Amino acid sequence: MIAALALLDTQRLVRLSPVDLVIIIFYFVLVLAIGFYLREQANTGEDFFMAGREMTAWIAGLSFLSANLGSLELMGWAGASYQYGILAAHWYWIGAIPAMLFLALVMMPFYYISKTHSVPGYLKLRFGEPSRALSSVSFAFMTVLMSGINMYSMALVLKIVLGWNINFSILISSVTVAIYVALGGLRSAIFNEVLQFILIWAGALLIPILGLIEAGGWSGLKARIATNASAEYTHLWSTLGKFNDNPMGIHWTGIVFGLGAIISMGYWTTDFLVVQRVLSAKDLRAAKMAPIIGAGFKMLVPFIVILPGLLGLALLDTKLVGETQAIATNGHSYNEVLPLMLARYCGPGLLGLGITALIAGFMSGMAGNVSAFTTVWTYDIYRALIKKDASDAHYVSMGRWSTVVGVAISIGTAYLVMDFKSIMDYVQALFSFFIAPLFATVILGMLWKRATAAGGFWGLLAGTGSSVGMWAWVKMDPSALRYVALSPYARDMAENMYRALWSCLLCAFVTVAVSLVTKPKTDAELKGLVYGVTDIPSEGYVSMLHRPWFWAVVVGALFVVLNIIFW
Amino acid sequence: MKRGGSISIWFFIGISLLVNGVLIFGAGVYQLLYPPEKEVVLFRLHAGVWWGAILAVIGAIYCFYYAPGKGRS
Repeated sequence: MIAALALLDTQRLVRLSPVDLVIIIFYFVLVLAIGFYLREQANTGEDFFMAGREMTAWIAGLSFLSANLGSLELMGWAGASYQYGILAAHWYWIGAIPAMLFLALVMMPFYYISKTHSVPGYLKLRFGEPSRALSSVSFAFMTVLMSGINMYSMALVLKIVLGWNINFSILISSVTVAIYVALGGLRSAIFNEVLQFILIWAGALLIPILGLIEAGGWSGLKARIATNASAEYTHLWSTLGKFNDNPMGIHWTGIVFGLGAIISMGYWTTDFLVVQRVLSAKDLRAAKMAPIIGAGFKMLVPFIVILPGLLGLALLDTKLVGETQAIATNGHSYNEVLPLMLARYCGPGLLGLGITALIAGFMSGMAGNVSAFTTVWTYDIYRALIKKDASDAHYVSMGRWSTVVGVAISIGTAYLVMDFKSIMDYVQALFSFFIAPLFATVILGMLWKRATAAGGFWGLLAGTGSSVGMWAWVKMDPSALRYVALSPYARDMAENMYRALWSCLLCAFVTVAVSLVTKPKTDAELKGLVYGVTDIPSEGYVSMLHRPWFWAVVVGALFVVLNIIFW
Repeated sequence: MKRGGSISIWFFIGISLLVNGVLIFGAGVYQLLYPPEKEVVLFRLHAGVWWGAILAVIGAIYCFYYAPGKGRS
């Protein structure tokens, strides 16, 4: 595989002009400068791992979203929209907005009041050490894999677009991330994530604007897609009545219950990568507003991700294919649609900014994973299981070193990822392994005071184990798909949705069953951790425009309208 | 977000937009005066000129408003 990629290095979509190189180099200089500037403000554990818990709602909210908006998102979902049509937008709307609002209004108070450093840390307080150990180890495993995926995506972009050597791309980008996160900790990661968020929009927004002009607006785009592919590609819900009526091979129950109710809830409310950003907020109101602000911007992201994929389907002369076929035929894969569109419209300067946007996306995704990994490793694995009584300075030092080690492991996983045919399917499989069952554990822990430590641990173990088991079952016997995904026509995405659903339900069932036969904690022990025995602090008297509930209703209403418009 | 006399993140963003905007605007104007042999699609719209100008103006506003010492976060 590496040899094949090395051969492709001789090809490139574009050549950078000097001004493009200046823009890219300036970006690297700026993110490193921010890291060096902030190193003096990362001396204590609270500073290094939690950014001093003094972020405003806007900073925490944009960082919350940016940590998720990696190059994987940009390239992978643009590719998915070329492959599956507008159905990919479900991952931005029903697959994100309800969960982000739920996090803000229902779950954030418990995370914030408990003053936990991490999601596994909350499990320790609620269910005890075994549950924390299980979730922290699985989370650490997942984050370094995700980080590797981000690296691979970035190296692929730079190889395709610029012809840069894949090893050089991985090395230069990962070393930069390691330096600025190791120096400034979470504060540096958050600062850079906000900068990267702005650059992503500045660099990517021109593609849909120019693309829509070329296509003749939305109606022209739909007409071209109907000619080039099928009219089904531009409908969000109306083709989901049967598995084989839509390009994704999925049923609406999979989208609503698998994606909307389980995977997205699990990801946006329990994946510490994103929750960590909100935990850095300066007060509870900011912590509740941050995910709502993130949700507002999340609804707009399809404009720079999904729309370019659809525009590629409508406008590109070249037919894009799967990764394996692209390598075999020396063609272009789905995942290359965004750089192809970039090369189509962007001349000198704009091209540099577009490439910077992709690099920024990579770095924000990788830095998010690395900073979350560092916190979970230091607090939930190293301090909990290896060295319990060290000084705060020792843990900060461990945090800096684990940043470097985390990046090094990620580099190794980047090369492993190259052997997987579809990046996004792989990520969804990982989510269903770890995140979906974790959601059941956390939500039962927060809302049901009868849930016990044994129930939480065995439920989480059963959910994770069953998810891996179902995945292995289908891999060994593809006909098992009819049982796991309810249809032999279901494709990878659909399988992931249903696997997540079953593992979450099994986790909930086992948690409830075991809890009912084991001894619960007292109300006093659960204070600050569980609904019904916790006093939620008042937000004080603030105007309607400053109330989280008001903005949650606004965002929720826009979400409904968008789904109706693109029905 | 800032702490006692430190620089706001929005100032860094302003610097980034200003520098990128000026570079893109300059490259766009150069291409307007000396069109390349191989043009990108919709070259006639000269996106680099107006997009660079927009970024530069926004960046300048942020640099001015969040300049160190003004006490805004």
